[in-house]
Amino acid sequence: MAAKPKLCYFRGRGRMESIRWLLAAAGVEFEEEFLETREQYERLQKDGRLLFGQVPLVEIDGMALTQTRAILSYLAAKYNLHGKDLKETVRIDMHADGTLDLMMKVAAAAFKPPGEKEKSLASAVEKAKTRYFPVFEKILKDQGEDFLVGNKFSWADIQLLEAILMIEELDASVLSDFPLLQAFKTRISNIPTIKKFLQPGSQRKPPPDSHYVKVARTVLQF
Amino acid sequence: MMASKPKLHYPNGRGRMESVRWVLAAAGVEFDEDFLETKEQLQKLQDGNHLLFQQVPMVEIDGMKLVQTRSILHYIADKHHLFGKDLKERTLIDMYVEGTLDLLELIIMHPFLKPDDQQKEVVIMAQKAIIRYFPVFEKVLRGHGQRFLVGNQLSLADIILLQTILALEEKIPNILSAFPHLQEFTVKISNIPTIKKFLEPGSKKKPPPDDIYVRTVYNVFMP
Repeated sequence: MAAKPKLCYFRGRGRMESIRWLLAAAGVEFEEEFLETREQYERLQKDGRLLFGQVPLVEIDGMALTQTRAILSYLAAKYNLHGKDLKETVRIDMHADGTLDLMMKVAAAAFKPPGEKEKSLASAVEKAKTRYFPVFEKILKDQGEDFLVGNKFSWADIQLLEAILMIEELDASVLSDFPLLQAFKTRISNIPTIKKFLQPGSQRKPPPDSHYVKVARTVLQF
Repeated sequence: MMASKPKLHYPNGRGRMESVRWVLAAAGVEFDEDFLETKEQLQKLQDGNHLLFQQVPMVEIDGMKLVQTRSILHYIADKHHLFGKDLKERTLIDMYVEGTLDLLELIIMHPFLKPDDQQKEVVIMAQKAIIRYFPVFEKVLRGHGQRFLVGNQLSLADIILLQTILALEEKIPNILSAFPHLQEFTVKISNIPTIKKFLEPGSKKKPPPDDIYVRTVYNVFMP
């Protein structure tokens, strides 16, 4: 029996959260090793499992995968969430790259000084409302289908839901002008694997707090 | 009916589009370019719904308007057999490319730093290259003794690494001095006919960013 994938990262969202979402949505159980000290990190680097000395690290199928997007692409392909042909794959990629950009803005804000942090978060919400969500609302409207690409559940749908929920944590009314995204949110949230992930006790991580920021800064020394 | 050439939309300079030019050239694909010079041109693209997230790079190819640099690179690599022979090779290539793009990002952002910060940043770039990235690729090449990084054939990883090495050498000429296998790699990949052609004068390879390029970027993108 194949071993469960093992994730190595801080006990928080950061660059690992989209990976947790993908695995959970695909119904794949995974283990987590949480980085808490500088010593742990230095040991990982010495072990040679971190290609460029960085986390996230996902150990899966005999490989030590690093680089967030490379990990996500691998998992999407492995679990048939990456489209049926090249044209579908590139559309999924563009959507996922866009939502990942948006989520990374939110993730980076946690590390900014007070004042700047609030401005960055407000800017992320603004970008969501004006640049990203209108695009996905239009795609859903034009296609009249349940999913973003190829009338089939894909990585693009998982990441859009993740982004919607993340922005809603910052501004609960953010979907008020986007009725199709509201329906999409309900629909995708009710997919059994995702529903389970959204319940308390799952491996989904809470928004970054000051403790998370402190641990990350201590471990990575920045 | 002959397929029309891909068309690239971007300012007339390297930036985030240069990797796309490299990969198309390496794959032997001719392409056209529509250079963004004014805010109005960008506005026209945005208003016409040609840019998925209102941003460039944008590449018109195979009836699609592709955006997001990595998505574009992956599409071209997939189409032209530059992404390995199976999922494991593809993922290895992907990891190498992601790391190299992180390093290339420092080069892309460099001309937009304050002049006082620019010299400091060259030192940081050099350190990252020499400590974090080059040793990895040197070890890979030494380990298998092959010409290419993955699977004994040209891939996106080789192309993006060569692009990055040459861009770094423009700022730090001796940056490969401790990496004999990377030196050999640079020569060998540069001599691949399509790449050799791209490295010759008159190709679509863009020169290092200058003041005119920086000013154009500010004109086009700043609100």
